[in-house]
Amino acid sequence: MTEQQNLETTLSDIKRIMERSSRFRSLSGLSAVFAGISALAGAGVALFMFRAYYDRWVARGHYDDADFAQFRLQLIILGFAVMFLAAAGGHYFTWRRAKKNNLPVFDATSKKVIINALIPMLAGGAFILGLIYNNLDVLVAPSCLVFYGMALLNASKYTLPDIRYLGISEIALGILNVFFLRRGLYFWALGFGFMHIFYGLLMWWKYERRTSEE
Amino acid sequence: MINPIGNLNKIFDSRIRLGVMSILMVNEEVSFNDLKQMLELTDGNLASHLSTLEENGYLKVHKGFVGRKTNTTYSITKAGEKAFKGHLAALENMIRSME
Repeated sequence: MTEQQNLETTLSDIKRIMERSSRFRSLSGLSAVFAGISALAGAGVALFMFRAYYDRWVARGHYDDADFAQFRLQLIILGFAVMFLAAAGGHYFTWRRAKKNNLPVFDATSKKVIINALIPMLAGGAFILGLIYNNLDVLVAPSCLVFYGMALLNASKYTLPDIRYLGISEIALGILNVFFLRRGLYFWALGFGFMHIFYGLLMWWKYERRTSEE
Repeated sequence: MINPIGNLNKIFDSRIRLGVMSILMVNEEVSFNDLKQMLELTDGNLASHLSTLEENGYLKVHKGFVGRKTNTTYSITKAGEKAFKGHLAALENMIRSME
């Protein structure tokens, strides 16, 4: 190795160590794809529930308080179920990738990602509970999108830079949704479903394709 | 003529010390175990390099506890930051002068 090559490897080593020590790079694109598929499946079930509810409404000929309350509760439970499924699958694929690369899943960088994502997420959760409490249901979907986007934006400093753009996309969709209220389910499917799948595939293509071929 | 390697910092001759400084440049506070893990080193090896850096005033040591276990963390000092940046600039200058 010539002296110059030697110096250049030193510099690129320094860059690599700085990058690796400050960002959690094991985040798998497949985690996002799985979350996207869960969200789309959830949106499909929700659409089915909406149809069934309106069918009951038409058959009855009038609005019924008890039926609406039950329908609403089912939607909320469905939302939590989808979130749980997406989180569990997301952890699995990221854990698998970290293991394959012999890197720890819980290190200083992943802790930073979790803490920084959790702050806007919990704020959003509390805010949305307030909306549900006050029967402001139409604002739930846009608020989910905006707060989730902020969480991603906040955590993106400590993980793959693509997460930043996913976050911005979610915020934009949430804001757009406020101008098209009552279309929440479609925005929800677009934001949590298609966006996750799109960015997930993009991230997989950029960072994981080569390693899985080896 | 100016000595081309005169600006290189002797303390950073060691790759391990250079690695420690690289990590501390981008992270506010890093624990001993995280440093060990990131640089793939043994306890004794890392400890001796850390004390060299500490003696030169390039890093600050904070001793704390997590539960009952000791948790030592390190952060870079102003002098350390300056020395590291100077070293990087010297490396870059050398590469440029060779081209």
